[in-house]
Amino acid sequence: MAHRLSHLDTLASEAIHIIREVVAEFERPALLFSGGKDSAVLLHLATKACWPQRVPFPIVHVDTGHNFPEVLEYRDQQVSKLGVRLVVGSVQEDIDSGSIIEQPVPGATRNRLQTFTLLRVLEENRYDAIFGGGRRDEEKARAKERVFSLRDEFGQWDPRAQRPELWNLYNTRHRPGEHFRVFPLSNWAELDIWQYVEEQHLELPSIYFAHRRTVFRHSGMLLAVGPWTQPRDGVANEQAFETTVRYRTVGDMTCTAAVESTASTPAEVIVETAVTRVSERGATRADDRFSDAAMEDRKREGYF
Amino acid sequence: MELLRFATGGSVDDGKSTLIGRLLYDSKQIFQDQLEAVQRTSVARGDDYVNLALLTDGLRAEREQGITIDVAYRYFSTPKRRFIIADTPGHTQHTRNMVTGCSTADLVLLLIDARAGATEQTRRHAMIASLLGIHHLVLCVNKMDLVGYSKERFEEIVDDFTGFAERLQVYDLTCIPISALAGDNVVDRSSEMPWYGGLSLLDYLEGVHIGSDRNLIDLRFPVQLVIRPISNEYHDFRGYAGIIASGVLGVGDEVVALPSGFSSHVVSIDGPDGPLQEAFPPQSVVVRLEDDLDISRGDMLCRPNNRPNVGQDLSAMICWMAEGPLRAGSTFAIKQTTRWARALVRSLQYRLDVNALHRDSRASELELNDIGRVHLRTTAPLFYDEYRDNKATGSFVLVDEQTNATVAAGMLRRPTL
Repeated sequence: MAHRLSHLDTLASEAIHIIREVVAEFERPALLFSGGKDSAVLLHLATKACWPQRVPFPIVHVDTGHNFPEVLEYRDQQVSKLGVRLVVGSVQEDIDSGSIIEQPVPGATRNRLQTFTLLRVLEENRYDAIFGGGRRDEEKARAKERVFSLRDEFGQWDPRAQRPELWNLYNTRHRPGEHFRVFPLSNWAELDIWQYVEEQHLELPSIYFAHRRTVFRHSGMLLAVGPWTQPRDGVANEQAFETTVRYRTVGDMTCTAAVESTASTPAEVIVETAVTRVSERGATRADDRFSDAAMEDRKREGYF
Repeated sequence: MELLRFATGGSVDDGKSTLIGRLLYDSKQIFQDQLEAVQRTSVARGDDYVNLALLTDGLRAEREQGITIDVAYRYFSTPKRRFIIADTPGHTQHTRNMVTGCSTADLVLLLIDARAGATEQTRRHAMIASLLGIHHLVLCVNKMDLVGYSKERFEEIVDDFTGFAERLQVYDLTCIPISALAGDNVVDRSSEMPWYGGLSLLDYLEGVHIGSDRNLIDLRFPVQLVIRPISNEYHDFRGYAGIIASGVLGVGDEVVALPSGFSSHVVSIDGPDGPLQEAFPPQSVVVRLEDDLDISRGDMLCRPNNRPNVGQDLSAMICWMAEGPLRAGSTFAIKQTTRWARALVRSLQYRLDVNALHRDSRASELELNDIGRVHLRTTAPLFYDEYRDNKATGSFVLVDEQTNATVAAGMLRRPTL
């Protein structure tokens, strides 16, 4: 028998090792769960890492108030199925309490605002390690981030002062008030995620698969017509139309765009992903299009 | 599909980022929007051609200065293999990144500018690759278009480098003449160099045999986590979770637990997807034993007749990664497998002059990016093998107890005390 692991088994074993390292070396870990496919894979791997125990740490959801209803439904299903504790940080509550101020534009994205809520939830619960589903293939600044990424007491990332990360010997030492963001899926690419979803028969929110939706074109992206995003009157080419779409990423409804697709199963999505010519974030995330350094800047402030 | 991890090395301006951009672009892993973003930036900067290096330079300071600061990880796959690239910077002051990139690599790809030949930095990176136990070294002689695709120039560089590499532990050296900018011999064989009879770089990377690089002989299972569920369903469950560092572990095998020395038999092995009859590296598993032994994180399972070294007096090569110098007498936290302890640097044996491969035994300190041989005394015994036999049990990091910074990467040697 050849002692060889497939690339997916290798990546899964690596992720499980990282999760177990956190369980062993931290006091108050938590898992950031967006309901997206990466966090679904991450939560699934956490159940494997802790097996046959239940996942002993809570999952944290930062609710922008602009979520896809399908994603919230999926989140609640997973929570009750796995018996994990859910902690919700509400951006709306932070706006209502005056802690953060929303841009006075209807449908303004709350993507950047959620950093405040995230940091508040981390501090209130004194989490010392929080798992994220970030992948290095997503974006250029992410490509340089460590698996165990240290944040100072303000939640900030300093890309120039990162610790070297050698072999699988993770340095988890930190001062009180500092915490780690831990990325077990660092070495996964979008295609690996989909292959794993298919191999493991993972459930995902329904919006990942082809469905009919009323959308409009805005800056070259397909946005859903919904409570926060509508075509602007009188703007050429912004008429609403119905078509068959799916989402490649799941985020704030105001800045997450759909792609036209008829892929209705993970296998069909894999075929599409293998031939697509546009990156996941480029296709669907208005928030990364502001500048070359948009992600770097948000990460420095404490964003995931 | 198998995973191949490789690191890139070479001097500044040898064209590493361009080569990686080329590999990603020609293997159709660069997305249209990423390419367009690079094209826009290239035009804005007034570059003569699309600067593929911009695809990998992720931080703003890097794009502004046109340099690569930090290790960047890139991903691509072909129908034959899935690749992870650790793209490491060529600046001397960032050599610690080469060590970092090599620590998880199966193979190192070194770039040389065909006009300049091997530089101090090329030799340093080759030395680091050898020190980190990399078995496969690929020398890409780049910018062949700028030396008229000259066979003589290529052979001259290869001769020179081979002479140097003979003094290193390199088991498999492959030299390929390329032009990353023009795409010669990167994905497809170049029509400009009919005198070259070897494989294109991508063909080589897709085919190189790495299966034998792992240690499947010496069973080492460092216990990462003891799993004891508080539930009725798994009332008496006691499992030891971790990664198989080396060797093959089978159900029914007799194992010895260190440090206690008690032995037992393996009752079951559970992998991520369920029960296994045997497990091998780098699988994450949960192992259950017949007897209830006192085993905790940091302990190690091995075979009764094949045990690691157990000791507190250690000899190691280290790469020093901190701004301030290392001197004998300093104390650090040390992490090796799943164990933490404290380590005193008892003495500095020598500093390695990586250019002359000369041992400077008069050195009294190691500076940032220096490599040297040290003797350590740890507060608790470590279970270890020589790094060259077993990377997983022969490697460690030193951590500054005041700043918590990772200050050294270490590779254990046989004790010579």
